[in-house]
Amino acid sequence: MTQEAVTTNSAAPIPRARKQPAKKLPSKQLLGIAGIIGFLLLWELIPRVGIVEPRFLPPASEVIAALITDFGLTAFWVAVGETMLAWAIGLVMSIVLAVVLGFIIGSSMFLRKFTNSTVEFLRPIPSVALIPLAVLLFGVKIESTLMLVVYASFWQVFIQVLYGVADVDNVAMQTAKSYGLGAMARVRHVVFPTALPYLMTGIRLAASVALILAITAELVIGSPGLGREIALAQSGGAISGMYALVLATGLIGVVINLVMRFIERKTLSWHSSIRSEVIV
Amino acid sequence: MRFLKTLGYLLALPLILVAIWWASTLGETNFFVPTPALLAEAFAETWFGERIFSDVLPSIGRLVVGVASAIIIGIVAGLLIGSVKWLRDLTEPVLEFFRAIPPPVLVPVLMLLMGITDGMKVAVIISGCVWPVLLNTIEGVRAIDGVLSDSAHTYGIHGWARIKYLVLPSAGPQIMAGIRQCLSIGLILMVISEMFASSSGLGFTIVQFQRSFAIPEMWSGIVVLGLIGVALSFIFQWTERRVLRWYHGLREVENAV
Amino acid sequence: MQSETTPGTTPAPAGKTLPGNEAMLSVRNLKKVYKTDGGDIEAVRNLTFDLKAGELACLVGPSGSGKTTLLKCISGLMAPTEGEVLLNGTPVSGPPKKMAVVFQEYGRSLFPWMRVRENVELPLKNQGVPRAERDKLVDDALEAVGLSHVPQSYPWQLSGGMQQRVAIARAVAYQPEVLLMDEPFAAVDAQTRADLEDLIRTVWRKLGVTVLFVTHDIDESVYLGERVIILSSSPTVIQEDLTIDLPDERDQLNTRSLPRFTELRHHVYEQIQLAKQGHRPAAAVQTDSSAGSGAA
Ligand SMILES: Nc1ncnc2c1ncn2[C@@H]1O[C@H](COP(=O)(O)OP(=O)(O)OP(=O)(O)O)[C@@H](O)[C@H]1O
Ligand SMILES: [Mg+2]
Repeated sequence: MTQEAVTTNSAAPIPRARKQPAKKLPSKQLLGIAGIIGFLLLWELIPRVGIVEPRFLPPASEVIAALITDFGLTAFWVAVGETMLAWAIGLVMSIVLAVVLGFIIGSSMFLRKFTNSTVEFLRPIPSVALIPLAVLLFGVKIESTLMLVVYASFWQVFIQVLYGVADVDNVAMQTAKSYGLGAMARVRHVVFPTALPYLMTGIRLAASVALILAITAELVIGSPGLGREIALAQSGGAISGMYALVLATGLIGVVINLVMRFIERKTLSWHSSIRSEVIV
Repeated sequence: MRFLKTLGYLLALPLILVAIWWASTLGETNFFVPTPALLAEAFAETWFGERIFSDVLPSIGRLVVGVASAIIIGIVAGLLIGSVKWLRDLTEPVLEFFRAIPPPVLVPVLMLLMGITDGMKVAVIISGCVWPVLLNTIEGVRAIDGVLSDSAHTYGIHGWARIKYLVLPSAGPQIMAGIRQCLSIGLILMVISEMFASSSGLGFTIVQFQRSFAIPEMWSGIVVLGLIGVALSFIFQWTERRVLRWYHGLREVENAV
Repeated sequence: MQSETTPGTTPAPAGKTLPGNEAMLSVRNLKKVYKTDGGDIEAVRNLTFDLKAGELACLVGPSGSGKTTLLKCISGLMAPTEGEVLLNGTPVSGPPKKMAVVFQEYGRSLFPWMRVRENVELPLKNQGVPRAERDKLVDDALEAVGLSHVPQSYPWQLSGGMQQRVAIARAVAYQPEVLLMDEPFAAVDAQTRADLEDLIRTVWRKLGVTVLFVTHDIDESVYLGERVIILSSSPTVIQEDLTIDLPDERDQLNTRSLPRFTELRHHVYEQIQLAKQGHRPAAAVQTDSSAGSGAA
């Protein structure tokens, strides 16, 4: 009933609204920096004014000074290295394990149902429950840390891969079949691209969980790394040193989060282009 | 028939696993792994008695108080920070930093600040669990649909009504995701605050068993922790399904397209 | 471009205005500039017009000409950069009580966690309308849009057209004095659309509400309105304010086949083509050049 809709822009030149280049400073970043400075000031003031005794909470300046001193010490970097090593090995092991098992179990309806109750029961078990076992089996070696890290991060990746594989579009699968793609080709071109965003989410979650567990193991069990250094500093009364190490773990956490988000963005932009090629 | 099939799927693998475990511990006695019968016996002996009141319930009590406080603080602060743009910009980097700190390192810090008390253990749980709830709430509030928010605005829905009918339900899925993380971190912190600095509680007891090489008892403690984890997870899923029924329906419709 | 003139009409920079207190809704020299990171975007340059109480006016204009922007300024969701909006003579500074808006993105304007009935009921409940009265208003509104059979569904279980009808029902049940609608029928099929057009006219005549109806569709604007306000392309001014002198009783078949309907439609079409080509009403061009920023 209507032919003349005005939606389409005609080719004729349209007088453009004037655009003026933005001269304002990016207020978001400025506010963020102000927030950090404000937090540090508050932290500086609380012990100085005496709300908390400085021997329990040293002022920010002291802790930051201690952290800078740490940056010059080999022992500090060795501890960081040990933590990051356990983190990296544990993460890679759990990813490999989770991807293999996830794709196998996820692509079979039978296996999914068969394992569901066991998965739902094992997954919520807190990995720290394994601490006594790890101590018995490995003592204070890095293997103890690995055991906790792998157990905790495995589930993060595994569950996401299961979701991802289950999310594969039936129509896309049928289309691929009708074009004569073999099983391997289907996994490569249909299943994997669909599951990839889930996998990346899983890896991002696993990366921060792995750091938490690595530090936990070092802290509680005493396996080598930053966590143990924190426990030692605390029991040795090196309070500024302890806070400095806590700051350092936070910084490592921030870096891991940033790197993981960056990787996720990179892989997913690649993914969406691949995906639109296959499914259309 | 259908029911039997479901039951089969539910029990088959666990039964097989237990059978394998039983078979592999039949022969020589393994120092690290007790037989199923021995574990069951140790479990009953260890946990069906006074320990429930002296260790299990106090631990769970601290966990519940800590997690509940963290959820409330996280949601309230998240609603505030999420609705005020400058506050969000101001606090974002600091909050991102706090979230990135592995929560267990808070145990020695708070031990120092508060001494070894129940309050300290609850504080550890709160200060570790609050971040996922807080940051997810902020993100949920920030991501409220502009058109929906305008609709509420034009129909005169302000203040508390706005929070109740618009903000909370809209941020609900995000908040629930935060609560899920909060629960698992809470359980971890409950255990290690007791392992690290305590003379009672589940974590302490289990480490004691390990130190005195009471292996079946130690395993039974691991089982108790596992059971608590599973129970929390079920409670969470049950609640989540009820609270977010609309959301799951919506997702199904969207995915079906 | 200034040499192009429309035969038979004198282009006016401003729409029709009314003396003193006769206007229900007045838009005065309204200008809106969006301040973004990428620079300032002038969405609306200068708009002036009045709606008298109980009038049904349609607003047409090319895409991006600032129709939604204008509606947001009128409904108090956004402050204009310059100029003002008056409702019953008082300046609008926030969403007024007796005004309802049906948004262009209807799917996103319904609460997905509430059932259809709750969605329609919420504004009334929030105003403290007593239960019995509320129920009646909601029932009537759902009945009017033909949705009385799905009160317990969630919005996302409905088709696009049904969702839009829920949004309309919510606005109708609210019993506003002024109803703003932003391309409400963009996503519904032709048959539903015809039904909804008649529904709007029925509701309008029954409630005596003042309606400002934004549309892309020229036929629709002529069929629905007592008046069609045509916007120029950006930077936006009023291209023409046209009275629709069709009989008050309208009906999909007969009205649309009247010779006068065809004439009016033709005229609006021409004006919009001109607007899209960047033609500007003479007075607006003068205003522009006197301000030292010639258009196009
Ligand atoms: N929030 C915003 N920020 C910056 N610019 C905006 C914003 N909203 C709209 N604009 C700009 O203002 C102009 C008018 O937009 P508006 O949405 O009002 O047009 P419209 O007439 O409703 O278009 P359509 O018919 O396509 O809905 C456009 O150039 C648009 O890019
Ligand atoms: Mg629009």
